[in-house]
Amino acid sequence: MDSATAAEFEPVIGLEVHVELKTKSKIFCPCPTKFGAEPNTQVCPVCLGLPGVLPVLNEGAVELAVMAALALNCDIRPSSRFHRKNYFYPDLPKAYQISQYDHPLATGGWIEVGAGASRKRIGIKRLHLEEDAGKLMHEGSIETAARSLVDFNRCGVPLIEIVSEPDISSPEEAKEYLQVLKSILQYAGVSDCRMQEGSLRVDANVSVRPTGSAAFGTRTELKNIGSFRSVVRGLQYEIRRQIEVIRAGGEVLQETRHWDEQREVTVALRGKEEAHDYRYFPEPDLVPLHLDREWVESVRLKLPELPEARKRRFVSDYGLPEYDAGVLTASPSLAEFYERCVGLYGRGEGRPKTVSNWVMGELTRFLNANNIEIEEARVTPSHVVELLRLIEGGSISGKIAKAIFDRMCETGEMPSQIVRREGLGQISDESEIAAVVARVIEENPKVVGDYKSGKAQALGYLVGQVMKATGGRASPGLVNRVLRERLG
Amino acid sequence: MARLHEMTALEIAASIGAREVSVEEVALYFLERIGRLDGSLRSFIRTVPERAVAAAVALDRRLAGEVSARRAGGLFGVPFAVKDNICTRGIPTTCASRILESFVPPYDATVVRRMYEAGLVLLGKTNMDEFAMGSSCENSAFFETRNPWNLETVPGGSSGGSAAAVAAGLVPFALGSDTGGSVRQPAALCGIVGLKPTYGAVSRYGLVAFASSLDQIGPLTRDVADCAAVMNVIAGHDEMDSTSAPLPSRDYSARLGADIRGIRVGVPREYMGEGAEPGVRSCVRDALGVLEDLGAVVEECALPHTEYALSAYYLIAPAEASSNLARYDGVRYGLREDAAEVHQMYERTRRRGFGPEVKRRIMLGTYALSSGYYDAYYLKALKVRTLVKRDFDIAFEKYDVLVGPTSPTVAFPIGSKTGDPVKMYLSDVFSVPVNLAGVPAISVPCGLHDGLPVGLQMIGRPFEEDFLLMVAHAYEQAAGTSRLRPRMVSEG
Repeated sequence: MDSATAAEFEPVIGLEVHVELKTKSKIFCPCPTKFGAEPNTQVCPVCLGLPGVLPVLNEGAVELAVMAALALNCDIRPSSRFHRKNYFYPDLPKAYQISQYDHPLATGGWIEVGAGASRKRIGIKRLHLEEDAGKLMHEGSIETAARSLVDFNRCGVPLIEIVSEPDISSPEEAKEYLQVLKSILQYAGVSDCRMQEGSLRVDANVSVRPTGSAAFGTRTELKNIGSFRSVVRGLQYEIRRQIEVIRAGGEVLQETRHWDEQREVTVALRGKEEAHDYRYFPEPDLVPLHLDREWVESVRLKLPELPEARKRRFVSDYGLPEYDAGVLTASPSLAEFYERCVGLYGRGEGRPKTVSNWVMGELTRFLNANNIEIEEARVTPSHVVELLRLIEGGSISGKIAKAIFDRMCETGEMPSQIVRREGLGQISDESEIAAVVARVIEENPKVVGDYKSGKAQALGYLVGQVMKATGGRASPGLVNRVLRERLG
Repeated sequence: MARLHEMTALEIAASIGAREVSVEEVALYFLERIGRLDGSLRSFIRTVPERAVAAAVALDRRLAGEVSARRAGGLFGVPFAVKDNICTRGIPTTCASRILESFVPPYDATVVRRMYEAGLVLLGKTNMDEFAMGSSCENSAFFETRNPWNLETVPGGSSGGSAAAVAAGLVPFALGSDTGGSVRQPAALCGIVGLKPTYGAVSRYGLVAFASSLDQIGPLTRDVADCAAVMNVIAGHDEMDSTSAPLPSRDYSARLGADIRGIRVGVPREYMGEGAEPGVRSCVRDALGVLEDLGAVVEECALPHTEYALSAYYLIAPAEASSNLARYDGVRYGLREDAAEVHQMYERTRRRGFGPEVKRRIMLGTYALSSGYYDAYYLKALKVRTLVKRDFDIAFEKYDVLVGPTSPTVAFPIGSKTGDPVKMYLSDVFSVPVNLAGVPAISVPCGLHDGLPVGLQMIGRPFEEDFLLMVAHAYEQAAGTSRLRPRMVSEG
């Protein structure tokens, strides 16, 4: 095995994704689901699991789950049921989670990842509904905390669990699967999918096997994955670790492993023998969930345009390159923003592409730098379009536009106001420019001489000097013309 | 006028309506009686005299404002008691367990809310077997309740406190819960009427769960007419309970007094064999004679899977209980035994908080649901349940009502069965199949054996309680057995 290389092994990856549904109220009681409220202010006897309470299924959660399942090409089961998953933990007030077990809401879906020839389908084994648990807060670190407190606000928030087939063959593909999944769920309007707020959570199952082998190796389950980046890092580490174990003549153990974000390693959490026996059994407090076909079809009709369709439409309607269309449609809010810009600015003369350049370039850079979503920014399509019109009309240069872009996004001030207040408007008064040109010619006799003796590029230097002298506000076209005239 | 404690709830309500007595006077009368007699009976875990009097005074004021007293309706002003596993806002609800000794619910069970809305007055919470697990009231973590017919015998269980209090005239009626016979068996042993409604007829919201697929709240009353009147208050669809039937509300008293000539009565042979003691069988046979005299057609019939029902019940009920009782972990309410580490805290809290019978059933149920045993025990028990249910379906194709004994014995001496759980479990042999099938059943008194009451069980079709009550009422009127009272009552 000494000479074995990583290419002799291939990873097999399957992901379990939990997504919080965007319902206003919890799955089994009317408590609100708003994120970030004061601890234990969004609770009632039902979600606190007090003695004697009973769950009542929120139909809104069922509708969103069905919508998600349809968007992921799943078959909706006409009849599904809830089970109790029993285990003790302080964040679980009933000591069981109401979930679905052998009769999930939906099965047999898929999504596509990759482009061109490497386009590939990843299967979705099942999608089911369940309730979220509360959150533990420790005083200090979990090992040394003298006290731990529980916040039950999240307890009972509706979740869907989406289990993929083991069709994913690299950490990068896992990330792409998650990006596509997130994009579809956001489009379908079922979840915000904010990983940092925990509304999208990922566990990964991974094993390795000799390349080309049909049998699966022993898998480990990776928990505590906090970002798309750590999906890749964690899986890379775990694949490397498993290969090393096998190369050393050892055996991969079936176990749950914890991804340590700081140290960038995975640590064994519990082995197969210590695995919980959840003692699943049918939840007697709820009746089986029957969904008739007509109702499912009525939900399907409500399904909005999904990312793939929107991307194709961006290419055909706006004449955008496939790359632009892909970037712009990755999140529904960005795509929406783009379309509203084009709506205001118009479609003629390559305008959709101009808008695309600005949205993909400056706007995305600004959002990433500030780590916010488009709906959290103060910039609106009117801002962007007004900016483009100022450029088009010659009032400002593209350079100035870039310079004021961030301020416009941060403050929400209209670009025309910023330009006026700061005196950034382009100088298009010929006499004003002529005066500067005259001075530049006078101060640079050598360069003028070069130009006159046929060195055409010397003109560029002179234009630069004029621009510099006007703080970049001179209209470059006008400067060029006046210079040529004066230099005869 | 008869003494209040000898009157039925409807008679008391009528008396209040006629302004012969005030709601406050009635409440005070029963509170005084509880204070005087419950020391030997011990049927109440807690009474709430201040609340009761305050509520009664408020109701009197409302009554004074009414143009017509009749408007107040059914049971207006009547006092009642509830088993201590039914949640009452602001009043401890202990399930007769150490682990919930300090638990005060912030909400009312739906049945309690409906009682208050109908103008009834809560006097207190009654004793029971811990978490409703038992047939004698001896499993209460606090104290035993005694049978008013003979203080050396048990009142039955698990709703023994409710049954003893009603039988002794300490309260006009009470609510209990029935998972495997816990309303009917104590009603039988105390000589009163007890109804286990169809699963889904009465909301379980606020009933502390023992076995969710079997639990039903039911009335314990002096006679059948009271039972129907209580059902009129508590039954009906509740949005808070997904398993409550979405049926229109009905009048359970509507068919009382109707002729039962020609109805078909089946007597399951499995209920009339050696399992029941001869004195009980003899009373039941007399009752069948009364039904025949009333024009009913009485025939022997079969419920062939009866012998498996008890085993199936003792897998399904503990399995659900093991999950339902897992929430008592010391984290949020109730008892907590401190420890350095959370799992140790769970263990200590639960070791100290639960009594032996509760622990036994949690262990049984946990085992039955464990991977590797699930199919052999829990799943098999569910299949038996389906067969038991089918037995009833088939029987009801031919018969309108099935009749037999409620309990195989009359009240037994305190301590006589506590050493042998299986012997105790056999007390439920005739009542358990009814819960597995989800059908309604009523126990009505049908005479005395050795000076102790015998209960007649009548089983009806799902959601046909009105019919069942009609038959039970006809029997009761003809036999006069509901007028039997222990000396505690006649002596005042």
